[in-house]
Amino acid sequence: MIKHKRLEIWTFVTISIFLLFAVFLVYPMVGILKESIITPEGNFSLEQFKKFFSNSYYSQTIINSFKVTIAVTAMTLLLGIPFSYFYSFYRLKGAKFLFITSVLCCMSAPFIGAYAWILLLGRAGVITVWLKEYLGINIGSIYGFTGIMFVQAFKLYPLVFIYMNGAFKNIDNTLLEASANMGCVGIKRFFKIIMNLSMPTILAAALLVFMRAFADFGTPLVIGEGYRTFPVEIYNQYLGENGTNHSFAAAISVIAILVTAAVFFLQKWATNKFKFSMSALHPVEKKKPKGIMGILMYIYTYGLVAIAFLPQVYIVYLSFRNCKGSVFLEGYSLINYEAAAKKLLGRSIKNTLLFGVVALAIIIVLSVLIAYLVVRRSSIANNIIDTVSMLPYIIPGSVVGIALVLAFSKKPLALTGTITIMIIALVIRRMPYTIRSATATLMQIPMSIEEASISLGASKLKTFIKITVPMMTNGIVSGAILSFVAIVTELSSAIILYNNRSITLTMSTYVAISRGNYGLGAAFAAVLTVFTTIALLIYLAISKSEDIKL
Amino acid sequence: MSVEIVIKHACKKYGDTTIIPDLNLSIKKGEFFTLLGPSGCGKTTLLRMIAGFNSIEGGDFYFGDKRINDLDPSKRNIGMVFQNYAIFPHLSVRKNVEFGLKNRKLDKAEIRTRAEKFLKLMQMDTLANRMPERLSGGQQQRVALARALCIEPDVLLMDEPLSNLDAKLRVEMRTVIREIQRNVGITTVYVTHDQEEAMAVSDRIAVMNAGKIQHIGTPKNIYQRPANLFVSTFIGRSNIINGDLVVEDGNTYFKLKNGSKVQMNNVQKKYQKSQPVVASVRPEEFLLCEDKNQGQIKGIVKDSVFLGLNTHYFVKLETGEEVEIIQESTISSIIPAGADVSLRLNAEKINLFTEDGEFNILEGVCNDNIA
Repeated sequence: MIKHKRLEIWTFVTISIFLLFAVFLVYPMVGILKESIITPEGNFSLEQFKKFFSNSYYSQTIINSFKVTIAVTAMTLLLGIPFSYFYSFYRLKGAKFLFITSVLCCMSAPFIGAYAWILLLGRAGVITVWLKEYLGINIGSIYGFTGIMFVQAFKLYPLVFIYMNGAFKNIDNTLLEASANMGCVGIKRFFKIIMNLSMPTILAAALLVFMRAFADFGTPLVIGEGYRTFPVEIYNQYLGENGTNHSFAAAISVIAILVTAAVFFLQKWATNKFKFSMSALHPVEKKKPKGIMGILMYIYTYGLVAIAFLPQVYIVYLSFRNCKGSVFLEGYSLINYEAAAKKLLGRSIKNTLLFGVVALAIIIVLSVLIAYLVVRRSSIANNIIDTVSMLPYIIPGSVVGIALVLAFSKKPLALTGTITIMIIALVIRRMPYTIRSATATLMQIPMSIEEASISLGASKLKTFIKITVPMMTNGIVSGAILSFVAIVTELSSAIILYNNRSITLTMSTYVAISRGNYGLGAAFAAVLTVFTTIALLIYLAISKSEDIKL
Repeated sequence: MSVEIVIKHACKKYGDTTIIPDLNLSIKKGEFFTLLGPSGCGKTTLLRMIAGFNSIEGGDFYFGDKRINDLDPSKRNIGMVFQNYAIFPHLSVRKNVEFGLKNRKLDKAEIRTRAEKFLKLMQMDTLANRMPERLSGGQQQRVALARALCIEPDVLLMDEPLSNLDAKLRVEMRTVIREIQRNVGITTVYVTHDQEEAMAVSDRIAVMNAGKIQHIGTPKNIYQRPANLFVSTFIGRSNIINGDLVVEDGNTYFKLKNGSKVQMNNVQKKYQKSQPVVASVRPEEFLLCEDKNQGQIKGIVKDSVFLGLNTHYFVKLETGEEVEIIQESTISSIIPAGADVSLRLNAEKINLFTEDGEFNILEGVCNDNIA
């Protein structure tokens, strides 16, 4: 008897997902490629790419993005690794507080942080003015390269922190004891043993930071001033005030994708050099911080968190200050919230929640199905799905936005300006992360559990619904809440796709700030912060552990 | 309820590699049958073919007279116990046991009573509402067994069910498994690589190697008259000693390399001719001789291990071969390393194989393998 392929329900799932991906992922991406190399007359042309590379005004944007992103990545590692080391190897007082606050920092929308820093350290910033008046110190400009690096590093270091906590937790105490036994302790051991053992995680964290920082649109837009980065340039070319050029925006998008793809594969290659897995039987016992070192540790950890969290506190504080236009006045009231209520606050909240919930539901269903196909029904078709599903990981948000607009602005799928297209964008943006965590969760579930169910007479479908999905729930739900946070703070794709009907809290904040209504913006941002905080607290309550999967 | 399992010309391939080339097997109704072999020999693969989790590349599988090759695993009515127990972690003990019954569209009361009965049988009724994460390995094992049995399957399949337990619990659980199987009287196929475990529980054992069955027989038969050299070395310990079969004056002897002869009265007729052979001598089949002149072969004690009941000696024979000998421990002192000893072979118990080790040339081999 030859093994014959049975037509089962999963075959249809494969086909459906194939179609979905083809329409909503591949087609827009092909569209953007086509837009970049085909002239309106329908001829092949590399004109747009030539324009980009021959004109340093444009090519500089990619170089700028690259430079600042590298700097940000290096800084987050420098900030995050020692922080995580102190957190993982010492019994710090208030460790839980440090953890939650750090996570909150990286969950906020980036441009809000940038905006708060301008209010604090900008030309007319509170701290700048105070320092100049009372101490005569000029802190210099925080706009441009420095500002972007500063804002992003303090926003993204928690990613490194969270990743490294996981790695440090997996280091077996006996390894450290063995190293001490052979005379390698202290700082030498930190670099020779601990750092090397954590290298795969360091690389993973670095990639994540790189991708986030490289594609970040909000921060350079708010604080970048003359320092032009490519996501802003894409936006300008697409919607800018100085005449738009869709083909050129598409060409920049293609270049951006190539760059991120190159970095992605470079990271994969580097990670392969450190291929080993660890699981600690004897986790490191945390020491009590003592003496001068202990004090320095407390200063470092609390200082870092205080700086990183300051913008959010300040924004919430400002939201209660009286304000007229872009000037904050003496006294406190709810005037900003009243103004916000008139300016679509209700609709923004409703949309934010709606998008979050619907996008999340779609993401979860797709992720569970795809994870099952990839792990349990491995085939060429399903491996293609796996690869394609990871594509958005390397596509900057603004590129997703433009690709969708270009693809769905005409019939039969005229979706531009609808709520649907916003949800599609959000699903595309977050799906790879949830698929990864769903796949990882499923891989840890032994096949025999499903076989046990089948041998007990349950059909394959019933086994999937009654056994597999419930067992995957924990891993997925915890990841999904973080996706929810990412969805509600999404700016880069939303800014291209939103309109009055599909406005979200993040977009409302952005609009208010960009129009100089700072008090209003602060009120929207404060509401957004409340949402993300609640989501995060729910997450921590559900997941119980501190293993955050991003 | 319980059925006979017949497997004809089973063939298993992964891509181009053949795991099981051509395997025939017939397991009696109600029998406790064990597949025993080193890892990678295909025993688990065969079990999973019976269960329906591995595709079948050739041959026919029957439960009674029903061919099951194309039957969906969920319709084969098998109970299966997995190496890692495969307890559903999100369901309580009771829900785990009831899971299979619920798939059979029985009414609620019936499900409840049946689950209760098997939980009682496995002495798990007091823990019925616990979640699996709060059970020990042995308790999970009992749940797995109750769950597999309560659907009243035609066949019970067990894939190394004890390998995750500690040594003491393993011995305890194998007695439990044996008792339950006897009580329920269900045809059971059990996979293990632990020969002692196999001997303790089985009615019959099939020793497998490289996808082929080497010997099917009772534990006693497999141990005492192994069908070939592989079985002899895999089951228990065996010292391999080369020598010759010689026929003189109508008597057959096993002639050691030092020239001594051991008279063998149980060589099969067709092999009674002079030829090189291989003897497998179990450690307890060597006898230490008080009188040095009585011995058939001399040696020097290299080392000894005292294990309470027995003492093991490692002896270098005058032929250069190193052997292990087991003696019941005596009150008098242990023979020191370096001492000369003289040994005899227990001719009744040792086994002789053709030079290539393929066949046991003695009488009394019972091999049900119809290869």
